[in-house]
Amino acid sequence: MVNAGDGTHEHPTQALLDAFTMRRRLHGLASRGQDLDGVRVLIVGDILHSRVARSNAWLLKTLGAEVAFVAPPTLIPNGVAAFGVDVHYDLDEALAAVRPDVVMMLRIQQERMNAAFFPNGREYARSWGLSAERFRGLGEKTLVMHPGPMNRGLEISDEAADSPQSTVLEQVTNGVAVRMAVLYLTLAAANQGAL
Amino acid sequence: MTDYLIKGATLSDDRTTDILIGGGVVKALGSNLSEVAATEIDASGLLALPGLVDLHTHLREPGFEGSETVLTGSRAAAKGGFTAVNAMANSSPVADTAGVVEQVQALGDRAGYVTVRPIGAVSQGLAGTHLSEIGAMATSRARVRVFSDDGSCVADPLLMRRALEYIKGFGGVLAQHAQEPRLTIGAQMNEGELSATLGLAGWPAVAEEAIIARDVLLAHHVGARLHVCHVSTAGSVEVIRWAKSRGFDVTAEVTPHHLLLTEDLVSTYDARYKVNPPLRRSEDVEALRAALADGTIDIVATDHAPHTAEAKSCEWDNAANGMVGLESALSVVQKTMVDTGLLGWQDVERVLSLKPAAIGRVEGQGQVIGVGSPAEITLYDRSVTRSFDVGDLAGKSINSPYLERELPGRVEATFHGGYATVLGGRLVDESLVAEHALAVASR
Repeated sequence: MVNAGDGTHEHPTQALLDAFTMRRRLHGLASRGQDLDGVRVLIVGDILHSRVARSNAWLLKTLGAEVAFVAPPTLIPNGVAAFGVDVHYDLDEALAAVRPDVVMMLRIQQERMNAAFFPNGREYARSWGLSAERFRGLGEKTLVMHPGPMNRGLEISDEAADSPQSTVLEQVTNGVAVRMAVLYLTLAAANQGAL
Repeated sequence: MTDYLIKGATLSDDRTTDILIGGGVVKALGSNLSEVAATEIDASGLLALPGLVDLHTHLREPGFEGSETVLTGSRAAAKGGFTAVNAMANSSPVADTAGVVEQVQALGDRAGYVTVRPIGAVSQGLAGTHLSEIGAMATSRARVRVFSDDGSCVADPLLMRRALEYIKGFGGVLAQHAQEPRLTIGAQMNEGELSATLGLAGWPAVAEEAIIARDVLLAHHVGARLHVCHVSTAGSVEVIRWAKSRGFDVTAEVTPHHLLLTEDLVSTYDARYKVNPPLRRSEDVEALRAALADGTIDIVATDHAPHTAEAKSCEWDNAANGMVGLESALSVVQKTMVDTGLLGWQDVERVLSLKPAAIGRVEGQGQVIGVGSPAEITLYDRSVTRSFDVGDLAGKSINSPYLERELPGRVEATFHGGYATVLGGRLVDESLVAEHALAVASR
């Protein structure tokens, strides 16, 4: 059985495709057999409700990446210490402290807006959105990732989402290949009796 | 702007010294200082304290300028020896956006009598349902660090949790007005034998204590800082003492009136004694004094709450809650805590200046007087006793419970930013103070 994403728990194939996308971008054609040793990944936004963030935290750390979270404290789970990642509340401070190779933006779901996790979308965008200005402050090679669908103008600006540094469309494309591979390995490999 | 040479003042640790202030700081301490260019102030026999800092003031502007304005409230503060006040958010419009807090701060800066630090509302319109724009206020020019719905309790436990968490992200503190609303509907006075006799709706101690108990546990659970406003009951003291014994990050304040006055005054039906939380029993007063003495309660804060004469000269049930308190605070603390031997003057300095500045993150305030410390200084005559009267009030409203009471002590002078706001027990003219404030701002 393959977990295709369960509630706010885990989304393993998303993490696999995100890791694949990072490795492709960072190592190009030489990515086979390469891990993510020392790659700094900053995951931004609704960690509390995100199965993407949870699966990525486990996988990316396993591959050697340094993972950090940044979000308003209301959107970070109590007990976040279990992940063993650095936690920040201020995005600008986090960007300065982590100097990320990868910034992974998470989707803010509409129903969170009315549940008092933060005052309103304007304040969220101002404080935790990847605005054009914040995007321009990133390193030239810093990747911008988003699992989609995006709320443009809320958690991510057009300039960031549509830039050459953005991997959003590749993530979708790679998702197909990664999931094909997962199915193949699960079904075919089992029939052969060996992985 | 002149330098001041304060001659022969006594510091809180009983040392006698001259104090030379200029350029916004204390330039020198020592005996027989001289400085020809400085204005000399004879302070022999006077106590020199770092300027007092109030964490809980209602300045009423914008919206209720009939009761108080930022200017008149600042004057009342200076008259009472304060050099900084934190202005509560229950104005109209409510201080729940960057625009309002920046306006309050600007009005305070222009008046120049004290540092005015706006407090931001926790919830939009103090309605207790949606978070206000806490981040916008924290990052505004007013750099708000204290958030409170004071006047109303953040009663919804989920909103309280989220507010504690969210404010933590901006390095702020949530100051809770602890009052379970459902247990205090229509409440008029402390619930007990006297309310039973008078037939007035009671405000039970449990309505305060239950909220404080919930909040200290919540704050600890989410790792946030909590400040409890105007603690009024012996039971609340026990809850806070327990929380502190467990190492929770909790601070608490008591008002001067809860240290002195008891519910018996309600039987006069004089609405000057109507306040929220209400005056309590003498056992509560004793417990509050003991708690302030042993540090369970961290600070004294005035809850200065001006009201127009019309709001107070009416039948008890319809009268507004609140008392003015800035002008009388230091005298009441002397009477209840120092003259009773419970606190020394270094403790007074701590509970009325150092600690409130630390809790509210009020910069440039609340530092022990020493070379290089900010020139925020209050000169206080502790030897006099006087009948407190309307002439001692300097704000717009006169709803003081102390009128015609004997109170010890008198503020002789207040220095803020290096210039005088009170001299010879009288307020310095407001245009002169504003001029000095402008000069300091452009320094």
